[in-house]
Amino acid sequence: MVDIQEKLKEIGPFVPGAEDDLLICRCEEVTKGEIRKAVHEGIFTVEEMRRYLRNGMGLCQGQTCGRLVKGIMARELKVRPAEIEPATARAPMRPIEMRILAEDGGDRE
Amino acid sequence: MKMTADVIIIGGGINGCAAAYYLAKSGITGVLVLEADNSIGHGGSSRNGGGVRQSGRDVRELPYAMYAVNNMWPTLSEELGVDVEYYQKGNLRLGKTEAHLAKLETLASNARNLGLDMKVIDGKEVKEICPHLSDDIIGASWCPTDGHANPMKATLAFYKRSLELGVHYITGAKVIKLQKVKGKARKVVLSSGEVFEGETIILAAGYESRFIARTVGIDVPMTKFFEECLVTEMQPQMFDIMLGTADADFYGHQAQHGSFVFGSDSGLEESIDKPFEDLRTTSITASAGCRAIIGYIPKLADAKVVRTWGGWCDLCYDGVPVIDRVEEVPGLILACGFTGHGFGTGPAVGLMLSQMVAGEETVVDISALRYDRFRSEK
Repeated sequence: MVDIQEKLKEIGPFVPGAEDDLLICRCEEVTKGEIRKAVHEGIFTVEEMRRYLRNGMGLCQGQTCGRLVKGIMARELKVRPAEIEPATARAPMRPIEMRILAEDGGDRE
Repeated sequence: MKMTADVIIIGGGINGCAAAYYLAKSGITGVLVLEADNSIGHGGSSRNGGGVRQSGRDVRELPYAMYAVNNMWPTLSEELGVDVEYYQKGNLRLGKTEAHLAKLETLASNARNLGLDMKVIDGKEVKEICPHLSDDIIGASWCPTDGHANPMKATLAFYKRSLELGVHYITGAKVIKLQKVKGKARKVVLSSGEVFEGETIILAAGYESRFIARTVGIDVPMTKFFEECLVTEMQPQMFDIMLGTADADFYGHQAQHGSFVFGSDSGLEESIDKPFEDLRTTSITASAGCRAIIGYIPKLADAKVVRTWGGWCDLCYDGVPVIDRVEEVPGLILACGFTGHGFGTGPAVGLMLSQMVAGEETVVDISALRYDRFRSEK
């Protein structure tokens, strides 16, 4: 159980950092500063963060930035990275054209 | 951790978060939201196609759907301080056959009878609104005041703003039962054993509301239904309308960031038998969706699908939700059974729930959504 208001108090206010302009998610162009700031707005899980900022929602589906985002969120939340649940992997494994995907199971007649 | 509150809201979805926001805005600050998952908006609120739709709605829910479109959605981003990507550019429901058009004509005339601007247009007019569609389309229904928003951000926007106003949220807090004290709903018991107490309890926990309500002797007739969506990689800007079909084989829109988001089904969802916790998509639905989508928007045949996701709908027996105070359990307010179309009405439902807590009249009459409307006909 996480009491969000208590946790927000515990981690303190957002303090801008020198690396805030660093691009963390290259596909969707999300910066370190945006991720850090969102944590202080109550975005505590990777699932919420993806929905809020779109990190890891682009072509590579977070395969590049997933670990980085976890690390940044963990530091901001003052927990170990292992305590941050990774994003849910979702089908398809690789981006696939609609015309190809449409062929699967469509041969009934 | 504070264990008592003026209002306890069970369920951190769009209805729960919106109710929390409007309560806080009206000055009721002792609000506590309990979310079973670790993430706010983990359920259907973030797992839908983002339609903010009035057309095709049941007469019992159309008034508050229209209220939300006319009075809430246009200013929501500004009010909450988060861009919820609301676009009000209209909804086309496409038809390829005469049978489709007959169906759409019925839909449109029903809507007009209820005071909604909706008409059937021919293939040429469809092309004028959206030139990227298939030549096979011979007509469509057109509701110019429908639109879409970003469901992933809208729920979190209500959450963020209500946090700023002092609402308390606890995540990972799975409610297993309610308990009455002196005949009144008061205690909320978690699976971990903690007990919270509230003067008023709002139950907005989707399908799981059924099991929680049962613990105080109330049953809302609902079943669960698994719906899936897919999203493409970014595409050049093509259109900003909402699309659906007369056959209801898919619906969707192009999101602000360029991806197309489509909801679709395989027709076999009724028979899905899997645990409620299992949110994995099936191997058949996205393919069926792609066939339907290409049939109406051939230009997307080469667009790549980057992700699919699914979520549970709480289907109410008669297709509209239960939003009501429970007479036998004073202090309990139900808001569940949204039947797969609860996103677009979220702001209005949140507002009305806050009014019900305050004992005020709701902005529109929702007496048709009473919890005791289910009667045996035999």
